[in-house]
Amino acid sequence: MSVETRISELTREGEAAIAAATTSAALEDVRVRFLGRRAELPNLLRGVAELPPEQRGAVGKAANQARRTLEAKLEERAGQLAAGELHARLEQDRIDVTLPADPLPAVGRLHLITQTRREIEDVFIGLGYNVAEGPEVENVYYNFDALNHDPTHPARAWTDTFYISQEVLLRTHTSPMQVRSMERQPPPIHIIVPGRVYRRDSDVTHTPQFHQIEGLAIDEGITLTDLKGTLLEFARAIFGPERVIRLRPHFFPFTEPSVEVDVSCFNCSGGVTASGERCGICKGTGWLEILGSGMVDPNVLLHVAGNGYDPEVVQGFAFGMGIERIAMLKHGVSDLRLFYDNDLRFLEQFP
Amino acid sequence: MRVPIDWLHEYCNPGLDASALAARLALTGTEVERIERHGVLAPEPFVTGLVLERDKHPDADRLSVCLVDLGDPTPAQIVCGAPNVAAGQTVGVARPGAVMPDGTKLKAAKLRGVESQGMVLSERELQISEDHTGIMVLEGAIAPGTPLQEVVPIATDVLVLEITPNRPDCLGIYGVAREVAAATGAELRAAPWEHDPGSPGPLEGIEITNEAGDELCPRFTARILDGVRIGPSPLWLKARLSAAGQRPISNVVDITNYVMLLTGQPMHAFDHARIAGARLNVRRARPGERLTTLDEQARTLDEAMVVIEDADGPTSLAGVMGGARSEVSDATTTVLSEVATWNGPNIHDTGLKLALRSEALARFEKQLQPEQALWAQAVATRLFIDLCGATVRPGTIDLGGPGPAPRTIRLRDARVTGLLGVSIPRERCRRLLETIGFTTADAEDGLDVTVPDFRRADVTREADLIEEVARLDGVENLPATLPARRSAVGRLTPRQRLRRRVEDALAAQGLHEVVGWSFAGPDLARRLRQSTLAAPVTLANPMSSEQSQLRTLLVGSLLDIAQRNRARGAEAIALFESGSVYHARAISAEALPEEPHHIGALLAGPVRPATWRDPRPPAADFYAAKGVLAALLGTLGLSWEVEPTAEVPFLHPGRAARVRVEGRDVGWVGEIHPSVAADWELDGTVAAFEIDLSALEPPAAAQFRDLVSFPPVHEDLAVIVAETVSATELLGVIRRAGAPLLQEVAVFDVYRDEARLGPGRKSVAVRLSYRAGDRTLNDEDVTRQRRRIIDALASELEGVIRAG
Repeated sequence: MSVETRISELTREGEAAIAAATTSAALEDVRVRFLGRRAELPNLLRGVAELPPEQRGAVGKAANQARRTLEAKLEERAGQLAAGELHARLEQDRIDVTLPADPLPAVGRLHLITQTRREIEDVFIGLGYNVAEGPEVENVYYNFDALNHDPTHPARAWTDTFYISQEVLLRTHTSPMQVRSMERQPPPIHIIVPGRVYRRDSDVTHTPQFHQIEGLAIDEGITLTDLKGTLLEFARAIFGPERVIRLRPHFFPFTEPSVEVDVSCFNCSGGVTASGERCGICKGTGWLEILGSGMVDPNVLLHVAGNGYDPEVVQGFAFGMGIERIAMLKHGVSDLRLFYDNDLRFLEQFP
Repeated sequence: MRVPIDWLHEYCNPGLDASALAARLALTGTEVERIERHGVLAPEPFVTGLVLERDKHPDADRLSVCLVDLGDPTPAQIVCGAPNVAAGQTVGVARPGAVMPDGTKLKAAKLRGVESQGMVLSERELQISEDHTGIMVLEGAIAPGTPLQEVVPIATDVLVLEITPNRPDCLGIYGVAREVAAATGAELRAAPWEHDPGSPGPLEGIEITNEAGDELCPRFTARILDGVRIGPSPLWLKARLSAAGQRPISNVVDITNYVMLLTGQPMHAFDHARIAGARLNVRRARPGERLTTLDEQARTLDEAMVVIEDADGPTSLAGVMGGARSEVSDATTTVLSEVATWNGPNIHDTGLKLALRSEALARFEKQLQPEQALWAQAVATRLFIDLCGATVRPGTIDLGGPGPAPRTIRLRDARVTGLLGVSIPRERCRRLLETIGFTTADAEDGLDVTVPDFRRADVTREADLIEEVARLDGVENLPATLPARRSAVGRLTPRQRLRRRVEDALAAQGLHEVVGWSFAGPDLARRLRQSTLAAPVTLANPMSSEQSQLRTLLVGSLLDIAQRNRARGAEAIALFESGSVYHARAISAEALPEEPHHIGALLAGPVRPATWRDPRPPAADFYAAKGVLAALLGTLGLSWEVEPTAEVPFLHPGRAARVRVEGRDVGWVGEIHPSVAADWELDGTVAAFEIDLSALEPPAAAQFRDLVSFPPVHEDLAVIVAETVSATELLGVIRRAGAPLLQEVAVFDVYRDEARLGPGRKSVAVRLSYRAGDRTLNDEDVTRQRRRIIDALASELEGVIRAG
């Protein structure tokens, strides 16, 4: 048998053995048997030098060819076997995909008061207002006197207001920042004043501490219709684009005219819900009272007339609202005291 | 202010039901708190009856059986328990089916075996008065079966109004009627004081002086009524008083109350015979002077208060309450009718000091006008004559007289438009103002408006007139415009943005924001193991001792909130608060305190929720709190460090640190002292921090660094040092020696093994990153830098590099 024939034979045998190998280990045995250090084919290759010169070329070529063929087949078969074995292994590696997922790191919540405060701030920042903040422990002058409160105004009573001394109190509203701000900045001025306020009251609908946002806009030619337009923008931003507002005359010492502002109820139409029931949110009236406001009283401006606030030249409006009240209306919170109870089950509800 | 609708209708009847009227009033500035029903709901089953016969009940001594003609073909048999029922009386009867004011529904029933077809009514049963001693007997010839409502007011709606403090003129029915007329366009009838049966001039029989002066007592008027017969008031008067919330007593007292409710002006009736010395004097009280008021309380007065005295001393506390000594009684025959005007703020203060409230005080403290005094005298005189058979003595004492001349204010058309943003025609302004009692005259650029005396205090400027016009014209119809926004530019300040970033960073770390009370109690210092809190602000009139100061730190309310949540079953607690604390300044009590804005956080329980893969996550401790703090300060790009401290009394002395940001002490971080945590009933470790956000400067914009062009070289180093060497010290030495190539160094392992490292030693492993901004580092660079670090550790900290 010629060497070439033997090479062909080895090639066929090798290919058959490769095809027959069913595991990576068996395939490795095949590799050793046909291409290993002591196998016949490599030995043939090594023995080419000893062949007669005229045979060397053909035998060497055939042996090399055979080796490459077997190597390629081995590699191919190894790939097939590895994939099959991996598949078999993965088949065994089963998990219960229905078990709970790993939770992401928990995200906390901003308090609903902060969320509401920011939402209102952002509306007014968009309308050109700056955010001013002032002291919670305040002079009687800024809290009452400069705001045109009569000496007998009931809010001044020690039964209604927390006092530190005869002249110092816990502010009962964010309004003292009106005159403080106008002392610092000549007109025009457009500010809102969010913050804590205090009243000596504690029952189902009152907490001794709550939050307000004051607004003040003073310039030449600002009118009551501008107040209405501004508050309409606010009401729509907070309660929805379909809202309308209604002004009702009222009395506040530091505005003239003074109005209370109602927003049309977002839960019903004219006091009747879609299911035909009396609306529980507006108590069937179709309107929700949201804030007090008015045109700034000339007497207030006279306290800062020296800083450019001549009431014959500039005028404007002020408004004040309770943050908790807005939040309660918007989110259906039933009890004011929940805001200060800080139960985690309450806090978590407002993403 | 309670306004019975049927009483209102005597002066103005707009033909609206109570709720429609309330809606209209709300839109013109008079808020209706609620609408109540006084008396019976449905008046139809209530009729008059003529008692034909009265017989004793066979089985009950106190009951009688009456035959009552109710206008039906046959009389009704009615069992009655009243002692005064008698044949021949005309009475009020409720037929079966009637619903009484208290809600009970009447049925034909047997009383002790005798059929009763209705009920004979007492005044109390109809809410006319408190009288329940017997049945109500009607006077005059009334046909049996007449609807009772036609004879006696047994049903009316009552508007309960919230009168704003600027409108004392609406504290009387007629004032409200004027407002209703203006709001609805209905006709206003003549004022009840228009025809005064009394007369001006000197009055015999009393001498009155005012030593208190015009400021405290601007007007004092008096009349004398002779031949007064004290008795019950007529039913209509009782019914009106009851509906308005006043208890009927006797005709003279009822008249004084009726006059006050109608005119808004309180008055007082003295028994003339009991005025010692037939003289009255108005004066300031003497300090410590005592007076027993009508409610039988002995009051101690001071010299800011005003009394009315007779020859025997004070008889009344001016404007607040009468005295018992000169009260009218059944024996009274001559009445001194006194109506005065007092100083509102003074009356207000007196009421506060004595903790006294009365209907009179509630009106006087709003500052009534002197003219109202004679309104009241006129109405009272008419009623004393008509209801008590009195005659009025000629003359009226009048000290002080009417108020200042009326003010005339120019209302400029342009100003109306300029303030409101819409124009209201001059003629409409005129008509609106005149319906509420103003008078007007034409002026070049508008109207000259004269203010009626009863609005003297409230309407003093053009703006006040514009408000009147606006509210009556209907502000609900105004268009909506936006201001021109001349140079109005809105944005948050850097500090406000800083606060938002901090709050957001903490929420992102899984902490829930809470809002605690600004109040704290003096007990808090002791509970935090401190002798006192630093400079607390103390309230002069707290609602309770626990709320008598303002907080000086946030950790107290955080502990309170943690305790509450733990008690309700919350295991993992992660909270923060962003809010002010209050530090009194030492200089003076009047100086406003400092109000720095603090950020406080508290962690207790597992740092993350247990899951099936991680059933026992670690509990929050010092390092958890420090991690949150690091996230917060890292958000702001601030460099910071901590220094161990044992000086914060409410913290674990070995697990507490001061926080320093760019060299400044801004707060603390640590584990709450176990005995403090136990006081708040918090088991296990509680970690917290509190920093003064006001002390942090908003960071400048971060500047770009090229970290890509030249890659860093990382290597790890383990150093054996003494236990006492802190990580901060160690890293400090490494950083100094590693400069400038060393960019970052961080501890990644701490290892203790006495056998291998020696006692009191630890091995700290750090990861170093070297980088140069202008070239790629080679081995030589790194080796040289490492050598310097190792030398510095050896010389400064006796640190030894651990092999391997």
